[in-house]
Amino acid sequence: MSDAMPQKPETLAELIGRALANRSFVIGLAITLLIAAMALVSFFWTPYDVTRLIVADRMQPPSWKHWFGTDHFGRDVLSMIMIGARNSIAVAFVAVGIGMGVGVPLGCWAAARGGWIDEMLMRFNDLVFAFPALLSAVMITAVFGPSAINAIIAIGIFNVPVFARVARAGALSIWPREYILAARAAGKGPSRITLEHVLPNIANLLLVQGTIQFALGILAEAGLSYVGLGTQPPMASWGRMLFDAQTLMMVAPWLALFPGCAILLAVLGLNLLGDGIADIFDPRTRRRA
Amino acid sequence: MTAYLLKRLLIGAATLVVASLVVFLMLEVVPGDPARLMLGMSASDAQVELLRDQMGLNQPLIVRYLDWARGLLSLDFGKSYTYSVPVIDLIRERLVVSLPLALIALALSTLIAIPVGLFAAARRGKAADTAAMAVAQVGVAMPNFWFALLLVYVFAVWLRLVPAGGFPGWGNGVWPALKALILPAFALALPQAAILSRVTRAALIEVLGEDYIRTARAKGMPQRAVLWRHALRNAMIPVLTIMGLQFAFLLAGTIIIENVFYLPGLGRLIFQAITQRDLIVVESVVMLLVATVIVVNLLVDLSYALVDPRLRTRQ
Repeated sequence: MSDAMPQKPETLAELIGRALANRSFVIGLAITLLIAAMALVSFFWTPYDVTRLIVADRMQPPSWKHWFGTDHFGRDVLSMIMIGARNSIAVAFVAVGIGMGVGVPLGCWAAARGGWIDEMLMRFNDLVFAFPALLSAVMITAVFGPSAINAIIAIGIFNVPVFARVARAGALSIWPREYILAARAAGKGPSRITLEHVLPNIANLLLVQGTIQFALGILAEAGLSYVGLGTQPPMASWGRMLFDAQTLMMVAPWLALFPGCAILLAVLGLNLLGDGIADIFDPRTRRRA
Repeated sequence: MTAYLLKRLLIGAATLVVASLVVFLMLEVVPGDPARLMLGMSASDAQVELLRDQMGLNQPLIVRYLDWARGLLSLDFGKSYTYSVPVIDLIRERLVVSLPLALIALALSTLIAIPVGLFAAARRGKAADTAAMAVAQVGVAMPNFWFALLLVYVFAVWLRLVPAGGFPGWGNGVWPALKALILPAFALALPQAAILSRVTRAALIEVLGEDYIRTARAKGMPQRAVLWRHALRNAMIPVLTIMGLQFAFLLAGTIIIENVFYLPGLGRLIFQAITQRDLIVVESVVMLLVATVIVVNLLVDLSYALVDPRLRTRQ
């Protein structure tokens, strides 16, 4: 496609066709769906009941009976990973929700108003960025005690300036467009223009950032649970499983192997998905292809 | 440029002040009396009251904040509730582990990422580029503490090349100490190197499309010189920005990695302090790390001018 060609609106079928031709998108989507399916299935069924501790079956290496082996309480590792997926997804989802819910309106508002409001918001962003998510989690935990909820809040707070920044940058590039001028001439106010014209046009940016932050959320939750500041036992969590595996690594290395692979796979899938979505919507790469 | 630098400095200072307020107020709402904690349950109310007076805990909030902030400026963080030694001594003891760890990790990450980014950008679209970026994609997704566990298993348990954990201290020679830090530094560095190599590659590809690169090539400059002298230097701004952000992650990351390797660094200190409710230690370490992040980002801003002379003259 050349620059001179008039922009023809793309049909949905064409968009889907282009998406399916994108390797990152397809692989990323497949992995993400696999993890999501694992989490969903775990609500109805897991290979074994993880609340029952069977001492006779403890520390079994991977076998046909227990694909990923069993832990020091005789619990099936695969079943625990499935339940852990649920936990990781829930934490990351709420943390992204907090980040988007607060950050996007702030960013859009700053872009629409400009001036000192914009300046204030950017300084607020600098402030939150000075507290790495892990550090604010440590502080929140020191004050309110360790729990999954506090981990979510800490990760969510860190997401706010990220989304505010992306929304602001996106909105700033939309505001000088001609259709915004037309909307203003038609008498629409800033909030209506933001809702009807700006947001739909930055939705793809937000979606890409959303998948990246989702992946980072899963990593952060695993890290916090690993050091005991996140999800608390007996709730299964990938990070916590790795903590338990550490002392048993000499005798049962599979305990450390599989939860780590689950984290790696989930994060990799989401990152590939985000890359794919960015490619699909970026007109520059579209021209290149 | 001077006006810009002044503005950045002012913003940095203001951020520090607000950050210190946030940290101070947050730990102010914690239930429990530090004086009671230090004296134990058997102490009489009068004794506790006396200690509260000595510690200045009966002063109004604003006076206590100002005292604390003044202390921070002169690196006097107060006394640990549980160890009864100045917090700065505890921090100094631990900093000799955490700071070298973060610096070695940053150096490793840069030494890996820049050549990989250059290599991939120079062979853009070829198999080598695709392979390098696939590895980077996996590296980005790798949780560093899990990578650390794998490293321990391979290099400490199987091959027995390095200790699995602990720190001998710098007093027993530099080599044993470095040996104890090398695995944690690698664990911290590799995921960061993966991110940095992607950024380096993207920035280089952007620059390699510029006219002056074509000119340099047209006048017969060898590829290596084009890449290192012209392209890399112009691609440095995004790379430096990410490095600045990464230093913050590395510092915070040491908190988790130190737990994998049982390293007596700031991270271990903060966790011990949390379990012992030694809030003044938590407060001081958090403040120190936040201040470091702010100062590093400020330095990155200032370094733009060093890397790119065009920015020096611009207003």
